[in-house]
Amino acid sequence: MIGENDVRYVAKLARLHLDDAEAGRMTAELAKILAHIDKIAELDISDVEPTAHVLDIVNVTRADKPRPSVPRDEALKNAPAVGEDSFQVPKMS
Amino acid sequence: MSALDPLRLTALEARRLLIEGEVSAAELTKVYLDQIERVEGDVHAYILVADDDAAKYATKIDSEMGAQRGALAGLPTAIKDNMVTEGTVTTCASKILAGYQPIYTATAVRKLFDDHVVMLGKTNLDEFAMGSSTENSSVAVTHNPWDLGTVPGGSSGGSAAAVAAGEALWALGSDTGGSIRQPAALCGIVGMKPTYGTVSRYGLIAFASSLDQIGPLARSVADCALLLQHIVGRDPRDSTSVELPAPVQVPTAESLEGLRLGIPREYLGSGVEQGVRDRFEATVALIEKLGGRCAETTLPHTEYALPAYYIIAPAEASANLARFDGVRYGYRAAGADDLIEMYERTRGEGFGAEVKRRIMIGTYALSSGYYDAYYGQAQKVRTLVRRDFASAFDQFDLLISPTSPTVAFPIGSRTADPLAMYMSDICTIPVNLAGLPAISIPCGLADGLPVGFQFMGPAFSENLILRAAHALERAIGFDTAPTFRAASEEAPS
Repeated sequence: MIGENDVRYVAKLARLHLDDAEAGRMTAELAKILAHIDKIAELDISDVEPTAHVLDIVNVTRADKPRPSVPRDEALKNAPAVGEDSFQVPKMS
Repeated sequence: MSALDPLRLTALEARRLLIEGEVSAAELTKVYLDQIERVEGDVHAYILVADDDAAKYATKIDSEMGAQRGALAGLPTAIKDNMVTEGTVTTCASKILAGYQPIYTATAVRKLFDDHVVMLGKTNLDEFAMGSSTENSSVAVTHNPWDLGTVPGGSSGGSAAAVAAGEALWALGSDTGGSIRQPAALCGIVGMKPTYGTVSRYGLIAFASSLDQIGPLARSVADCALLLQHIVGRDPRDSTSVELPAPVQVPTAESLEGLRLGIPREYLGSGVEQGVRDRFEATVALIEKLGGRCAETTLPHTEYALPAYYIIAPAEASANLARFDGVRYGYRAAGADDLIEMYERTRGEGFGAEVKRRIMIGTYALSSGYYDAYYGQAQKVRTLVRRDFASAFDQFDLLISPTSPTVAFPIGSRTADPLAMYMSDICTIPVNLAGLPAISIPCGLADGLPVGFQFMGPAFSENLILRAAHALERAIGFDTAPTFRAASEEAPS
């Protein structure tokens, strides 16, 4: 059974700030959803191959040729903060 | 120009009128812009209406293009707002992408632009396409044009409501677990999810990459075929895209003679409303009159498909949505003086409740110690679901079922219970896990609300599905004009 400490730990992994009320609500909701999801544990399928993808294609490649990419101005135009032709972010502490 | 009825006009008919010069692209576009003006205040199908651009472009088609006109020139089209469009803001109905100006256009949309469709605007959706009612939009709640007190379904609820309400001739949507078919069913129109890989996902803002697929929503099966014809094809920019083995044909079939149709008993469980069951059974009887042979079959792992989906889809989503971090585009929380705090607060403030829930489920299912029990096990269930379909298709050409266990439900009635909302997609999710094509067509009304009928087929059986659905659609003769019942009115008896 998932508890509020687990929820806070997973939120940390997901880089997701949850306030106290949200964390409490999330714990109750996830417990209910996980109880439903846990149904798949009933199946003994250790010998079944997993499906990661439905298509029967592997190793799609293209010619390794240089080609024009996104101009820098275009790439930066939606950025919340820009400086010195770069994305700007707060410092790592 | 005779009066055109946007509630009944099909794209095939509109295209004939345009080609024969009976209507101009500008006149046709005005029909839809006028209808948007009339009903959008009640329906809220759009996040953005590009009225000036649409009118200008239609005039350009009329005056300048002449013989250079593309195959779909002048047809007024709506695009779900999770497909990026250069020059037109794309938000995914999320605060985290508010005001985002894409620097390229999604391939499927690009192809329609190359055929000179007129884009009317970007339609509403559940934020990041996560939901079954379009109530999870950060912008507005879309209302079902049949009964304005009910939801249009989701997540392509804006596209479905726009088509049903005559606010677009047709629309593009995307389907990860039923997000085209379920809203098409609830809004009384036709919606198709093609075989995984047939339509490029380049420029479709990713939710669950191994499940997502773009497809058409339209007023008829033939219109769906026409729109699909123009968006399919391998795209070097999407390494999971493939070429269809045969071109999509606009169907003309009138008979179902000799077609073997299987009814998976697991899709008619206790959650299916009586009204839906009655319409489904009446439609099965009609199919037999048209020469089709229906028999019960089984997809034994159906009960495990929904839980497997609610591991796989959130797991992929948690990875895909990691890119929304306030660095390169979109919303950034103010005032954080440390990078990690900026990420956490940006995402905490920028995502809505359902998106956060799915990121949390996905992160949990992929986290150390839980990976094998959840994600690994779910991928094995996915194999079993695929095998179930393969065995059924040994005996049957197509499978049939209700599209949704219920008709449109009242706005707000399922928002407090995420799990109840997830159950809305019980009949549509298995097809996504197996990557198969399926279509929903309207098969009548229950309590004055549309009921959807689903055909499912083997991979790349689009043409067979379209022919069967077209023949059945003709025999049903469903009137697509919705009632616009006010929220307070009683259903007609």
